[in-house]
Amino acid sequence: MTGPAGRPGRDPGLQPERTRLAWRRTTLSCTVAAVLAVRTALHHGSVSGYVVGPACCALWAAFLALAQVRIRALASAPAAGPRRLPARHAALAALGTVALAVCAAVLVV
Amino acid sequence: MSDLVRNVRSWFVPEEVRGEGSTPDYRFSLANERTFLAWLRTALALIGGGFAVDQFLPDLGRPWRLGLALALLGAGVLCALRAVNHWVRCERAMRRGEDLPVSRFPALLGLVIGAVAVVMVVVVMLGREG
Repeated sequence: MTGPAGRPGRDPGLQPERTRLAWRRTTLSCTVAAVLAVRTALHHGSVSGYVVGPACCALWAAFLALAQVRIRALASAPAAGPRRLPARHAALAALGTVALAVCAAVLVV
Repeated sequence: MSDLVRNVRSWFVPEEVRGEGSTPDYRFSLANERTFLAWLRTALALIGGGFAVDQFLPDLGRPWRLGLALALLGAGVLCALRAVNHWVRCERAMRRGEDLPVSRFPALLGLVIGAVAVVMVVVVMLGREG
């Protein structure tokens, strides 16, 4: 099967592309949450604010890196289809989200 | 309980999942990945909502603000953990050729979000009058 781009074996359902965009959307959601976190940390102004604010920035950067790694894996797909999402990768993304919530709880309480 | 432990273990020992059954069509795996990401976005939105309640409702009494924010953050944590658990279970079911796992979680989450929204409307309205 040859798609419009002329690449053999290109999926007509554009599954890798849709998955790439899903990672982008999720990174955007993470950015919104991180911006709100930094705003809260700055308003907090205390010691925990100065610790948690940078921690949230680091979590955001880690999520961005994770998404980038996955997007690169999707882009460099062999004809048999891209490699499946490694379970460790998924677990790290979810645990990063949980860590962001823990940071939020520290700031709110 | 042992089922849960086994599931959590398979988050970090992916070889265990890969060893079972046969590899499904990669498109199914990618669809499963996108569903996982959609749940993760829901979790991130709930966490963002927790921050927003804390930051943008300053007139609210502290107990209410704290309660609502922590409820939203807790829902976000549950949502993220459930997202990865459900992803692993779906991946395993696809490899074994079984039916996909069913779940009560979407209905529960819907009820919780509805309840939080109603509480928020009532609290904000009362706060405005008082």
